[in-house]
Amino acid sequence: MKSFGIFATLFVYYIFMKLYEKRRVFYLNPVLLSIITISLILKGFKISYDAYMESARILSFLLGPAVVSLAIPLYKQRKIIEAYSRQILVGITVGGLMAILSAFYIVKALGGSKEVLLSIAPKSITTAIAIGVSEKIGGIPALTAVLVILTGIFGNAIGVEILNLAKVKDRVARGLAMGVTSHGLGTARIILDDELSGAVSGLAMALNGIFTSLILPFLIKLLN
Amino acid sequence: MYKGLVIIFGFLFLGEVLVELFNLPIPGNVVGMILLTFALIFKVVRLEEVEREAELLVKNMSIMFIPPGVGIVLYWGLIKAQALPIFGALIISFFVTIILTAKLVEVLK
Repeated sequence: MKSFGIFATLFVYYIFMKLYEKRRVFYLNPVLLSIITISLILKGFKISYDAYMESARILSFLLGPAVVSLAIPLYKQRKIIEAYSRQILVGITVGGLMAILSAFYIVKALGGSKEVLLSIAPKSITTAIAIGVSEKIGGIPALTAVLVILTGIFGNAIGVEILNLAKVKDRVARGLAMGVTSHGLGTARIILDDELSGAVSGLAMALNGIFTSLILPFLIKLLN
Repeated sequence: MYKGLVIIFGFLFLGEVLVELFNLPIPGNVVGMILLTFALIFKVVRLEEVEREAELLVKNMSIMFIPPGVGIVLYWGLIKAQALPIFGALIISFFVTIILTAKLVEVLK
């Protein structure tokens, strides 16, 4: 029954994807619902995670080449980087650091353990990169994956409303804040409002992924 | 098809080799992405050679998060025990980051 893991993942994801295509609302996020459903199936039928991963591993292995492939959208949007280089530099540096430091100090203040601290630190970057970063710095990749997706869902659900409430008008600032905070899921939402904000958001997501993976290992050493 | 995959997996492998060789604290796939971006900029690789394969992988990335995410079943106890720091940080950090980043970029424009 080796193929159980890959079959279950494809099947459950397919069902939730169909549902999401019918009703595009943030709480029907197909990845999060699939993770919850498969977890419940494993618990209910007493199937071990290792048994599930025996074939499901093939899917997560593809994250490696998928992350390398992010070079293509990054390269295609190089014109936007040139046009708004100063804002992008400020946005990525400030936003990237803020996401890490705020999470770090709040977890510390609320008495969180070290493994939680390390798992939450990369929560604002794209899931694919966050999983690898979490592994590198000694966090729990699975916890990171879920926290990253939740952060994306917040951005998708209320990010635009928050930016409106805060009276942020600049389209580049809006895109940068969204991409840096809520990666792909935030980008998917803000692109519906404004094309430039959406493009900047996607770019911010990729650049923050690089920025965070480069500085986080040193930052963690410094903070400890 | 194969040429594109050879390039993508080639850069992935190259990234992993460099990480191993220099003991870098960065994931090998991120190193591969950075190098491929520069290879495109300096025309070592042409966009048409990798575009189709890369976009297929990027578009279907979502399903790849599910197996690592399901690993959460192993940490149920930890999440229950640390629910306050985990969700407190997640929510507050979200608000702080999105508002301050947007405001600062707008002011410093």
